Amino acid sequence: MKSFGIIAVVLCGALLIYGTVDFPDWGDPTSPASTHVSPYYIEQAIPDTSVPNIVTAVLADYRGYDTMFETAVVFAAGIACIFLLRSVKKDTPRTKLYRHIPTGVTIRIEKGGKVPHGSDDFERIDSVWVPYDVIIKNGCRLVIPFIQLFALYVIAHGHHSPGGGFQGGVIFGAAIILYALAYDLRTAKARLPIKTSVLLSSTGVLIYAGTGALCILLGSDFLNYSALAGLLGVDPVTARSHGILIVEIGVGIAVMATMIWIYYILSSVGKNDEGL
Amino acid sequence: MIWQLEFIILILIIFCGIGALMVKDLVGAGILFSAYSFMMCLLWAIMGAVDVAFTEASVGAGVSTVLFVAAVFQTSRRSKD
Repeated sequence: MKSFGIIAVVLCGALLIYGTVDFPDWGDPTSPASTHVSPYYIEQAIPDTSVPNIVTAVLADYRGYDTMFETAVVFAAGIACIFLLRSVKKDTPRTKLYRHIPTGVTIRIEKGGKVPHGSDDFERIDSVWVPYDVIIKNGCRLVIPFIQLFALYVIAHGHHSPGGGFQGGVIFGAAIILYALAYDLRTAKARLPIKTSVLLSSTGVLIYAGTGALCILLGSDFLNYSALAGLLGVDPVTARSHGILIVEIGVGIAVMATMIWIYYILSSVGKNDEGL
Repeated sequence: MIWQLEFIILILIIFCGIGALMVKDLVGAGILFSAYSFMMCLLWAIMGAVDVAFTEASVGAGVSTVLFVAAVFQTSRRSKD
């Protein structure tokens, strides 16, 4: 069976490599893509949308319909993750473990017991002994704000440099995942609960689709941002640039929230209480 | 571009890909896959597709590795086959 698999894989690979022989050379100026499609975008992107980064203009404006469903696919993948993994039944742990910070003693509190209310001396921990992680926690605390700032820069600056909603959203999500890794899942969930992130993700998709619907209401085509010109108070070309930014923000929010909740659910086996 | 550099990266991509399949340690396979993604990112950047390279670096080498490791920690670490 194993040798059969190897033969099938080698045969498929050989066919694929044979298929590439017919491809035009890399950077060939006479290939069909370079003669019909690319010149239009290279020449018309700035007059049409006033966006210097052609990739962003193509992604969010010329083929905005496609990108909208890409965002919807990310959202649907996250929803599928919830349905597959999340266990609805809550099994509350019988005992809770706390560490008394000044002495380092771990205390076990049975169901019904409570640590002194409002005391900062106790820290909830997951296992009988967890290592002290002052350097990791404070290192991440230093780094995370800059990662988030960079993510916002990537989203906002997608018009002029590589980047955009997807990349910025993933980086922002990675910052919060780093927070969940450095502290624990409980601390991260106190900041951004899973319900909020699901709400944020659907808001992101709604921003994208809503922008398209608004264009219809203003008497133009779906996702034709030049219809927003009157609403934004700018000329139609700048309106397309602004429309791209609005849509990228929607994509960023959706992708960020989805990445975070997939991590929450994966790392806690769907129980959504304690993780890595 | 320097063709030697591209050649070395291509060889490394193939080694990372085969290594990720062969390795018994699943965390190791995840890390190798991350290295594979990062090499792909370098290749995209060499070819001038900077946006794709950025996406590959953030999604492929960044978040997906974290998701792999998070998933592996909930199963057994070594694969049986």
